[in-house]
Amino acid sequence: MAFMKILIAFILLWPFVGFLFNGLGRNYWSKKVIAYKATGYIVASFIASIFAFLHVQAHGAVTVHYFDFMNTATLKIPFDFKVDALSSLFLLVITGVGSLIHLYSTAYMKDEAAPHYARYFAYLNLFIFSMLILVLGDNYVVMFIGWEGVGLCSYLLIGYWFTNGNYNYAAKKAFIMNRIGDLGFLLAIFWLIAKLGTVNYSEVLTYERISNLSSFDITGITLLLFVGAMGKSAQIPLFTWLPDAMAGPTPVSALIHAATMVTAGIYMITRSNILFSHSEITQNVIAIIGISTALLAATIAIKQNDIKKVLAYSTVSQLGYMFLGLGVGAYSGAVFHVITHAFFKALLFLGAGSVIHAMHHEQDIRKMGGLKSKLPITHITFLIGCIAIAGVPPFSGFFSKDEILAAAFAKSPIYWVLGVLGAAMTAFYMFRLYATTFLGKFRGSADQENHLHESPAAMTLPLVLLAIASAIAGAIGIPEMMGGHHWLAHQLIPIVGEPVELGLTHSMEWILMAVSVSIALIALIIAISTYIKKTDEEPSTAIGKFFYNKWHIDELYNEAIVLPLNRFAGFLKNVIEKQVIDGAVNGTGKLVQYSARKVRLIQNGQVGYYILFMVIGIILLFVFWFNDLSILRFFSNLNQH
Amino acid sequence: MPIQYYIFFCLSLFSIGVVGVLTRRNAIIVFMCIELMLNAVNLLLVAFSKMYYGLAAQNGVANTVGIDAQIFVFFIMVVAAAEVSIGLAIIVMMYRNTHSIDINFLNRLKN
Repeated sequence: MAFMKILIAFILLWPFVGFLFNGLGRNYWSKKVIAYKATGYIVASFIASIFAFLHVQAHGAVTVHYFDFMNTATLKIPFDFKVDALSSLFLLVITGVGSLIHLYSTAYMKDEAAPHYARYFAYLNLFIFSMLILVLGDNYVVMFIGWEGVGLCSYLLIGYWFTNGNYNYAAKKAFIMNRIGDLGFLLAIFWLIAKLGTVNYSEVLTYERISNLSSFDITGITLLLFVGAMGKSAQIPLFTWLPDAMAGPTPVSALIHAATMVTAGIYMITRSNILFSHSEITQNVIAIIGISTALLAATIAIKQNDIKKVLAYSTVSQLGYMFLGLGVGAYSGAVFHVITHAFFKALLFLGAGSVIHAMHHEQDIRKMGGLKSKLPITHITFLIGCIAIAGVPPFSGFFSKDEILAAAFAKSPIYWVLGVLGAAMTAFYMFRLYATTFLGKFRGSADQENHLHESPAAMTLPLVLLAIASAIAGAIGIPEMMGGHHWLAHQLIPIVGEPVELGLTHSMEWILMAVSVSIALIALIIAISTYIKKTDEEPSTAIGKFFYNKWHIDELYNEAIVLPLNRFAGFLKNVIEKQVIDGAVNGTGKLVQYSARKVRLIQNGQVGYYILFMVIGIILLFVFWFNDLSILRFFSNLNQH
Repeated sequence: MPIQYYIFFCLSLFSIGVVGVLTRRNAIIVFMCIELMLNAVNLLLVAFSKMYYGLAAQNGVANTVGIDAQIFVFFIMVVAAAEVSIGLAIIVMMYRNTHSIDINFLNRLKN
């Protein structure tokens, strides 16, 4: 136990040390030192995570207690960390992908001045630290600390290039949208405290405790928790911040806005799966919002021309799939998709970063094309990422997506049909992106073409490692009908229980799988054959324009929420503030001045007047103090004698 | 005699004192009116003291009832004597400085 206590402190504190080191010493260290330290700390954390993972494999889940965070008569919140199958998997993903992205960043950000370079790595280290707290915490309050920490780091990193006003706007948008979700999470915690008096997983997430709650309470708590997940994991209606978050540096998009932070919502719901399984309503809400988000984001992704925007909407869409999985009860499927998605989406973003790097910060895919021969490693790894996300067997995305789709079919065939439609769109927009960027002829300027170059080894090494992971990560969850063992589902039994029996025959599952794969392949082939020759110009059809303009959701929010809020604020500022509040304050002052001017006239120096006022005062005092009744009573008392 | 008579008598004596202080300009008259008020209070104290002593004697209880009021009266007389000596000294000083004992002449507190 003492060993685990030190080990978990190790995992957590290395990134924090890195944050302090880079943040405080940003004006002293050279870029080389900063890069080595920042990456080294995360790698150290990764190695410690491997030990923690192996320990959990050998001895089961461990909870370590550090100190009491809050300790009152009725509420005790310990600062505990828990390493079990779920959190140790997340630890590996966060620190593993995190190390690769740190390594990648050392080369990607090399043009920054040393203080800004250090600031970047300080934020990135702080992010890893917060994310680790989020997944390690043994109660909702500790999780919430990490939850807020990652939100802060996300804000800081989106607005990393703070001289650009639009980027600051995007950072604020992300932060405010997240705050809306966080409020839901916070209310859920308060509700839990009010009803159960505890926030510890081991106490809340038991059947005895939950059976004491009314179904209204469970539905309310789970819906509020889901609102928190909505904000963090970019689901309808709080998803618009994620595409704008692409303002940050590309490795940040890969780490925070694709691989780790946005999956916090899935982690939280998987962690509380016992609670969610008790509310039919919440599960349906999650499934419906998940599939709608998946489809909506996919339609937008088809029409975008910014390489990072396509990937951003693709992330929103994939998160929608994960929520569909959670909604239909396929918790291990959702976690499986989180893991595979972390690999292939980080790979795709880093590949995009490599392309942007080669193109000198050009992000418009219409000005790319034919990069295949110029960037061979980026090309091949990006292609692997595209195949993985499109769900082509035997790459990782196929297994995880298929598991979710099979569970969705068992719940309702409509989910499955919509899910396959989304999968087809995924294949289409990913290969549209691939074909436009890497195939065909180069469409940029001659100057750009002369400077095209493959990225340095620090950037290609993470690409290669992530490509390998994207290709083979499916092995952890090969379904039993394919002769596999589904290692992941067995791992997660202590957290999500035995895998639900879907009630589908093996032949049925094969058919579903064949249908979804062949539809995805058809979409893939159409996309490649279309976009190998041409690019999308401005859309001409009405529906194309609608998708190109992102369903006008930003404008809708602007009109429906931002503008009325601004107008209300203006009303408060100009009318309430200036007239009511200032009027009251200034009016008090004026009244005092005016009455003082009048009253001072009676101080005329005549002693007789002073005595007169004194006498009047005494008489008034008598009248008020001994009111007439008490005087009368006094006289009646006298009469009795 | 009923106590009401004393009360009304003292009240009128006190009111005469108050009105005198308010209306007269001669400092000595004002001073005398203050004495009048003091003595109105003294008289009332003595009257109530006598009344409670009489009531207690009728009921056959302790015969020291009301004695504290008479002690008060002695105190007031002593304090009044001290006050008179200071007050008259002030009036004398006032006359020496201004050759007048009109209190309305003393309005230098103004402004």
